[in-house]
Amino acid sequence: MGITKKVTALAVGLGLVTLSACGASGGDDQGGGGSKTVTLVSHNSWAASEDVVAAFEKQSGYRVKVLEDGDAGQAVNKAILTKDNPQGDVLFGVDNTLLSRALDNGLFQPYEAKGSDLILPEYRADEGKHRVTPVDTGDVCVNYDKEWFDEHGLTPPKTFDDLVEPEYKDLLVTENASTSSPGLGFLLGTAARYGDEGWQDYWKKLEANGVKVVDGWEQAYNEEFSGSAGGKKARAERPLVVSYASSPPAEVIYADPKPETAPTGVAEGTCFRQVEYAGLLSNAKNPEGGKALLDFLISKRFQDDMPLNMFVYPVREGAEVPEEFAKFGPQAKDPETMDPAKIADNRDQWVKSWTSLVLR
Amino acid sequence: MAVPVAFFAVFFAYPVTAIVARGLKADGTWHPGRIGEVLAQSDVRQVLWFTTWQALVSTALTLLVALPGAYVLARFDFPGKQVLRAVVTVPFVLPTVVVGTAFMALVGRGGLLDELWGLRLDTTVWAILLAHVFFNYAVVVRTVGGLWAQLDPRQEEAARMLGASRFAAWRTVTLPALAPAVAAAALMVFLFTFTSFGVVQILGGPAFSTLEVEIYRQTAEIFDLSTAAVLTMIQFVAVGAILALHAWTVRRRETALRLVDASTTARRPRGAGQWALLGGVVATVAVLLLLPLAVLVERSFAGAGLGYYRALTHEDGGVFLVPPIEAVGNSLRYAVAATAIAVLIGGLASVALTRRDAGRLVRGFDALLMLPLGVSAVTVGFGFLIALDEPPLDLRASWILVPLAQALVGVPFVVRTMLPVLRAVDVRLREAAAVLGASPWRAWREVDLPMVRRALLIAAGFAFAVSLGEFGATVFIARPDNPTLPVAVARLLGRPGDLNYGQAMALSTILMIVCAVALLVLERLRTDRTGEF
Repeated sequence: MGITKKVTALAVGLGLVTLSACGASGGDDQGGGGSKTVTLVSHNSWAASEDVVAAFEKQSGYRVKVLEDGDAGQAVNKAILTKDNPQGDVLFGVDNTLLSRALDNGLFQPYEAKGSDLILPEYRADEGKHRVTPVDTGDVCVNYDKEWFDEHGLTPPKTFDDLVEPEYKDLLVTENASTSSPGLGFLLGTAARYGDEGWQDYWKKLEANGVKVVDGWEQAYNEEFSGSAGGKKARAERPLVVSYASSPPAEVIYADPKPETAPTGVAEGTCFRQVEYAGLLSNAKNPEGGKALLDFLISKRFQDDMPLNMFVYPVREGAEVPEEFAKFGPQAKDPETMDPAKIADNRDQWVKSWTSLVLR
Repeated sequence: MAVPVAFFAVFFAYPVTAIVARGLKADGTWHPGRIGEVLAQSDVRQVLWFTTWQALVSTALTLLVALPGAYVLARFDFPGKQVLRAVVTVPFVLPTVVVGTAFMALVGRGGLLDELWGLRLDTTVWAILLAHVFFNYAVVVRTVGGLWAQLDPRQEEAARMLGASRFAAWRTVTLPALAPAVAAAALMVFLFTFTSFGVVQILGGPAFSTLEVEIYRQTAEIFDLSTAAVLTMIQFVAVGAILALHAWTVRRRETALRLVDASTTARRPRGAGQWALLGGVVATVAVLLLLPLAVLVERSFAGAGLGYYRALTHEDGGVFLVPPIEAVGNSLRYAVAATAIAVLIGGLASVALTRRDAGRLVRGFDALLMLPLGVSAVTVGFGFLIALDEPPLDLRASWILVPLAQALVGVPFVVRTMLPVLRAVDVRLREAAAVLGASPWRAWREVDLPMVRRALLIAAGFAFAVSLGEFGATVFIARPDNPTLPVAVARLLGRPGDLNYGQAMALSTILMIVCAVALLVLERLRTDRTGEF
């Protein structure tokens, strides 16, 4: 009988724990249901100052709930899969390389956010339909380790052409274009620079010159690139990495003590411009809240706050660019760009060819 | 029977079918032609080829390394045997993220081998193969060793008395008896390495891709659902074939042998040869299994003492909405719920499967229950996301989704542990109880329960450990504010910086200790008749 008692006690115990687990998470499960909560679906890089979000909540009367749903690609893919019954109201973080995938799948409903007319013209997209609103922009560029190039008495490369020169052999690390947003940006940059056919030849040369490919940005930047704080600790060996134009200011801002100049620089002739958009999800349960949230994302207050949180540039006219950005990592003057429609037509095929060419 | 069938239909078959159908259907019509198109691609064929050959080599290597271990644990009696048996099982229940991390700390950049000899194996196939041996050593030791311990050594002795040489006696008596168990273990290892995900993902770099990794990339990154669907179906067929073979070998093992109590067959090693064998096995375990784990622990203290552990108790606003240490609580709560579900479903299924009148259909269900072990976790995860989003099954925002997904992986372990024990219960005892007037419930409680109690607890323990370590499906459905341990480890590893890496190591160490303790408790509970794992 003793045994039976023990088993019964165990079963009751299990039940209790289960119940308490239920109670613990039951309260905040339902996000989209109440009209007072607005849910923002985003990627893991989402960040904003608390007081800025609090100000929005106070002024609009909505409580903001953020659902960070994997990296940029995963967040978009999951949003498409759950389109009929979305997990939130607004999706933030679709960039120009994935925009067509979102639009073709009918992910967003039209809404012209208040203040759209103040968005700098070069970042606007989908004009007339207003299914997406540009929120931020940034350049994918090759970064270099200044100290390494000084020590080796070598001039850092400036352009795509330089990267295939013999003096830069075995120095560059980049990301897998099929799984990483900067990796794809770099591939598109070469395609924009060398044309639909020429980019393959360029990558053959790059490969012959010893480019290393790793899966994600974290690994490339923090483990392989000798110029980053992480890379120095890991005794990384490559002084060139595909990253962002805003990476050098980040190296300054997160350093303690702060150095006079950035330890890394940007090869200006290797940049590809990315723009990130937000949109009101087609079947949003709280469309009114979603609209208010979109207005907020391009308000001056948010646009001023954003650069130092997410390390991107604002898209709104007159928004403040932090001093460190201008000083340590100015935006490229003449980045490569590509029409989202062209990206849509070619992206999958290019990534496929790139994979067979470089990885297999 | 109805409950387990319904459970599998709703939480496995339906979501998986939904996501596969989504991939093969466009504009409302089916496109079976996609299958041929996908198969014609050269990189898909390359992935298939790599998946197969690395699984074959991994299996062969694992057998080579682990069979002496199985022999030593089965036939020798020595101090620390229980600890050794628990130690070799720890890797098996560790999440792949932790194993990948441990191996990176050993063979990766700045790893132990790098510091000592400048040797780096990351992004080579060697790291993958070694990690697979590390992972599956326990499968061979437990499956083969469990049976080996119960083979009557007197049969071999009899053959030798009749003039057979030592080798001939082994070959004609022991080997045939062991062969089905070896085959079953080999097939399990093949299954686990064929569907390998985390290890290949972390250690292989972008150049190596198994079918499972490719399904993940096609689904989550490239969003080519039709290619993913075709790959899922290929994997399904392959896994189905492996499981069918496995079921066949297991049945052969169950029927043919007369077994003895394991405690009577082991004795102290004699002579230099046997001691050397024991030493060799211990050394192998130390280098191959303990070293990576030790490196992990070392890294969790390196340079910071307890600093990384203390850091786990702070929230940092951005990455973690809650202190990472709360992941321990989340994991335990999820694992308890998952264990309850797995034991209930697996237990009911086992009882149904042992019934005398269980026909072919029911036996088929036995193999079906194993399928979740071989089906891509991302497929299940994405399937949950699109299939379970409407009333009455709107579970997407519910915490129960995670334990449900984990239970899917736990059920096979429960069934495999319970089945042999339940089959061993003599039906006549139950009938006698009934004749004496006991109700069916009373008969079960008084006859079956005491006999299967230990097996039930072991099954629960396994399901618990497996749930704790489950990563693939959980990572897709876990809420960002409620990460489990493996999810938190992966998230920390995905963040730059020394502190995050150290915290990942510390969390992995905590997880490892929880698993090890669970297993040591299980060792105390071992039944005289071992399960199939």
